[in-house]
Amino acid sequence: MDVRLTSEQQQLRDAAAKLADDLGPGAVGELDDGDRVARLEKTVAATGWRSLRSDGASGVEVALVAEEFGRGLVDVPFLGPALADDLGHAGATIVVGGIAPDARGLAEGVVLDGAAVGTVSLGEAAPGVDLTRWQAAAGEVTPAGALDDEKAQRAQALALVVTAADILGAARGAFDLACDYAKVREQYGKAIGSYQAVAHLLAESLVLIEGSVSILRYAAWAVDEEEPGVALEAARVAKVYCARSAHTICETSIQVHGGIGNTWECAAHVYLRRVLVSTGLWPVSLKEISVGLS
Amino acid sequence: MDFRDSAQELAFRERLRAWLTEQAPNFPKSTEEYWARQGEWHQSLHAAGFFGATWPKEFGGLELPPVYDVIVDEELARVGAPPRPSLGYLVTGLGRHASKEVQQRFLPGMIDGTERWCQGFSEPGAGSDLASLTTTATLDGDEYVINGHKIWTSYSDVADWCLLLARTDKDVKRHKGISAFLVNMHQPGIEQRPLKMINGVSNEFGQVLFDGARVPASQMVGNPGDGWALAMTVVGHEREPSTLGYAARYEKTVNQLARKGGERGDELAWATVQVQVLRQHVRRRLSEQLDGISHGPEGSIDKLLMTWVEQSVGHAVLAQTGTTDADLFNTYLYSRSQSVMGGTSQIQKNIIAGRILRMAV
Repeated sequence: MDVRLTSEQQQLRDAAAKLADDLGPGAVGELDDGDRVARLEKTVAATGWRSLRSDGASGVEVALVAEEFGRGLVDVPFLGPALADDLGHAGATIVVGGIAPDARGLAEGVVLDGAAVGTVSLGEAAPGVDLTRWQAAAGEVTPAGALDDEKAQRAQALALVVTAADILGAARGAFDLACDYAKVREQYGKAIGSYQAVAHLLAESLVLIEGSVSILRYAAWAVDEEEPGVALEAARVAKVYCARSAHTICETSIQVHGGIGNTWECAAHVYLRRVLVSTGLWPVSLKEISVGLS
Repeated sequence: MDFRDSAQELAFRERLRAWLTEQAPNFPKSTEEYWARQGEWHQSLHAAGFFGATWPKEFGGLELPPVYDVIVDEELARVGAPPRPSLGYLVTGLGRHASKEVQQRFLPGMIDGTERWCQGFSEPGAGSDLASLTTTATLDGDEYVINGHKIWTSYSDVADWCLLLARTDKDVKRHKGISAFLVNMHQPGIEQRPLKMINGVSNEFGQVLFDGARVPASQMVGNPGDGWALAMTVVGHEREPSTLGYAARYEKTVNQLARKGGERGDELAWATVQVQVLRQHVRRRLSEQLDGISHGPEGSIDKLLMTWVEQSVGHAVLAQTGTTDADLFNTYLYSRSQSVMGGTSQIQKNIIAGRILRMAV
């Protein structure tokens, strides 16, 4: 047993982090910067990461990119196209529950219903609750074949893992923002992070992040390496834990920012919105968790 | 990256499974029997080659990577065997801070279980603020004379030896006046007072009163004033779930609750999720140790995570069985101590905020 990332995986993660830091929206005001978005789109397209799966990459690699893109609030499609590519439809984006949640600039959707694959044409994409990923309505489904049951389960597991990775990344972004703020914002003549009441909230957030990293890494590996049922269960566990943790972490970030955290200009709500939207894609409830089978 | 057993790990696991099948008829059948036969269990685990994975062979260890400890913990929990004795923090403490002579004299007996140990750190007036301890060690010829009062001393009633912190110098800054000793518990001048805990158990924690007990100066660990560094090593390792091997024990309780049937509430599902998180977290931490990353303040993250998991399992017990099953109810009661022992959750958060997040707490 050795669950460390390989050096190639570390390089991929670092490259995704750098791209997100360089070209992602550094502040809320930059969300509307069309030139930046165009540069980001061009750069992400050039990496080829949207077709990681058809290039033979494992769930771990897709999750690493999704996590760093969540952390950097990358506001061009990744998760949607990566999952569509996993279903054999490179260039399309995933559709779930009648909408394509990650459809900016994309016209074709692909949907997995049980083991049946279908394609749909998409309406005009626009930002919704999530300010970073644009969604589009999906039209009539045209059947496009079926997966075998095992592949369908793995595809489902990958969808849970990739959304969990996006959630974890966004939580890390919200957490970093709060830590930076707690070190510079002063009250009573001292940085607010020096007060235990604030410091302990941030310490709890870090523990939630570390637990999330651990369970997500296993679930991402399991997508391709465990039995399909085990992989799907691991993905459910990871999604539930990452989603609950991230919700707390983002709310903590808003609280640590005080009044400013409740303003549109503070990015804390952008992370929260992204977390909540990703939580609602292929949602997992505790009722679905198998108990006592391990 | 691979979460599976390697061929060697699998062979070890299978050998352990076979041995445990042979041992199963001898597993303790009651809490009383468990406590009475703890030492015997330690010795038989060691004799069969399943205890002390990471420690040097010259002291009775196996010189294997830490993942082997996890395999032992998983397999013990799977068949309901008693847990692996937790003394990794003591072995690590002596391994890092004691002289070769002291290591050669004491580590083999500590590891093979022929000599049993307790740890005399906390005092009634020195809990979270350990450096305020007031137990004294005064040089008299070639011996030190110990006077003071220790508390929360695990297994003190059956211990042959105590790793003791005492003040040897009152005139220096308080951290610098503390020294560590290896004290024989079988001597006049030592009085044991068991503590009955909220789960009714009085075997685990004790109070120990030292009134003129004696220890040879050669049984000081390191030099006068080195005690604090040793204490920090010991408490740091006390905080790692991989050292404690609790993940598998929590899983056992969750499985026990599931087998009881009845409606499975969200608390039990959440405890299941948390146990899986801890299990994978321990694996990640152990793998990081392969890089030679030794955990300092990160141990506080692990301890806090472990505490949350144990207490969520405790809450699942209450949600599923209320107060109706005495053993399970005691498992719940015991879970409350996890956020106190080995450093309170509040202290862990101070360490995380101050030393990892650099919050100047």
